[in-house]
Amino acid sequence: MLHIVNKSPAERNTLESCLRVAAPGGAILLIEDAVYAATRGNAAEAQLRDALSRFKVYALAPDLDARGMGDRIMEGVATVDYGGFVDLVTEHKNCQSWL
Amino acid sequence: MSEGTVKKFMFVNRKAPYGTVYALEALEVVLITAAFDQDVSLVFMDDGVFQLKKGQQTKGIENKNFSPTYRALDGYDIEKLYVEEEALAARGLTEEDLLVDVTVMSRAELGKLMDEMDVVLSF
Amino acid sequence: MSSIEVNGKSYETDEEGYLVNLAEWNEEVGNYLAQTESVELTDSHWEVINFLRDYYNEFQIAPAVRVLTKAIGKKLGPEKGTSQYLYDLFPYGPAKQACKIAGLPKPTGCV
Repeated sequence: MLHIVNKSPAERNTLESCLRVAAPGGAILLIEDAVYAATRGNAAEAQLRDALSRFKVYALAPDLDARGMGDRIMEGVATVDYGGFVDLVTEHKNCQSWL
Repeated sequence: MSEGTVKKFMFVNRKAPYGTVYALEALEVVLITAAFDQDVSLVFMDDGVFQLKKGQQTKGIENKNFSPTYRALDGYDIEKLYVEEEALAARGLTEEDLLVDVTVMSRAELGKLMDEMDVVLSF
Repeated sequence: MSSIEVNGKSYETDEEGYLVNLAEWNEEVGNYLAQTESVELTDSHWEVINFLRDYYNEFQIAPAVRVLTKAIGKKLGPEKGTSQYLYDLFPYGPAKQACKIAGLPKPTGCV
């Protein structure tokens, strides 16, 4: 299953809830303000690093770039463009856009 | 959706009632989905568990008290209500505090169930 | 916002003729609304109308037709729990027409 998160971890607990509940083996795609979670030195870094052992984690490159964070992506998180976003959706049986 | 196809729908409720309109909107979508004879599951996690708290009295805030409507779900053949165990505990609630019968689940069980769905909608 | 007048008292309705404040409803208003729908109310009609009002008081929604049919069958007997029976009483749809006469809002999901 693909889980899509779009909220900053500093503002909402969405990412935390997603990581808590999502079944291991799934994929997490961070978009919009959620890309901050995948950047070095942010408060949720440890949490996300821990999740890398259970999930494949992706961040949307255009959203990182738009926020000037393209060079701060933490190790282990893959970046995708919009085409990659679509691929992820089609590769998975189902997906959830967390609110 | 082609006619006669039954899909597994899951509605994930993560917001408290009244503070935002999400809980009420979710409930309306659930009732509409039920009219199309789909396989519907409801999940209550995070502050969403507050939606099911017994004894809601909304007169003072001049909002419609929609909590009795959760009791109507059974009549709509929506019987799969799941509540995250940890979310209840974190809010000082137990199953006794809830106004409908639910299945209390661990986060791991919930995640597994989510994976089995055709459509998951988040509120 | 429109309104209807029954026995010299004015009641607010929405653009489709549904009563805005269901607490204002009484049997005379029900009779008036039935007239506007060209439905002549019999005891059988009242049975359904009263059922709907009880249902609304308990659950705070107007039931979908399928749910209403099933619940009526349970409460008033299987011979009444059919859509045929309910459509005979309320030709334009039990949920739509009966709800309006009972002073309830339009059922959720009813277009």
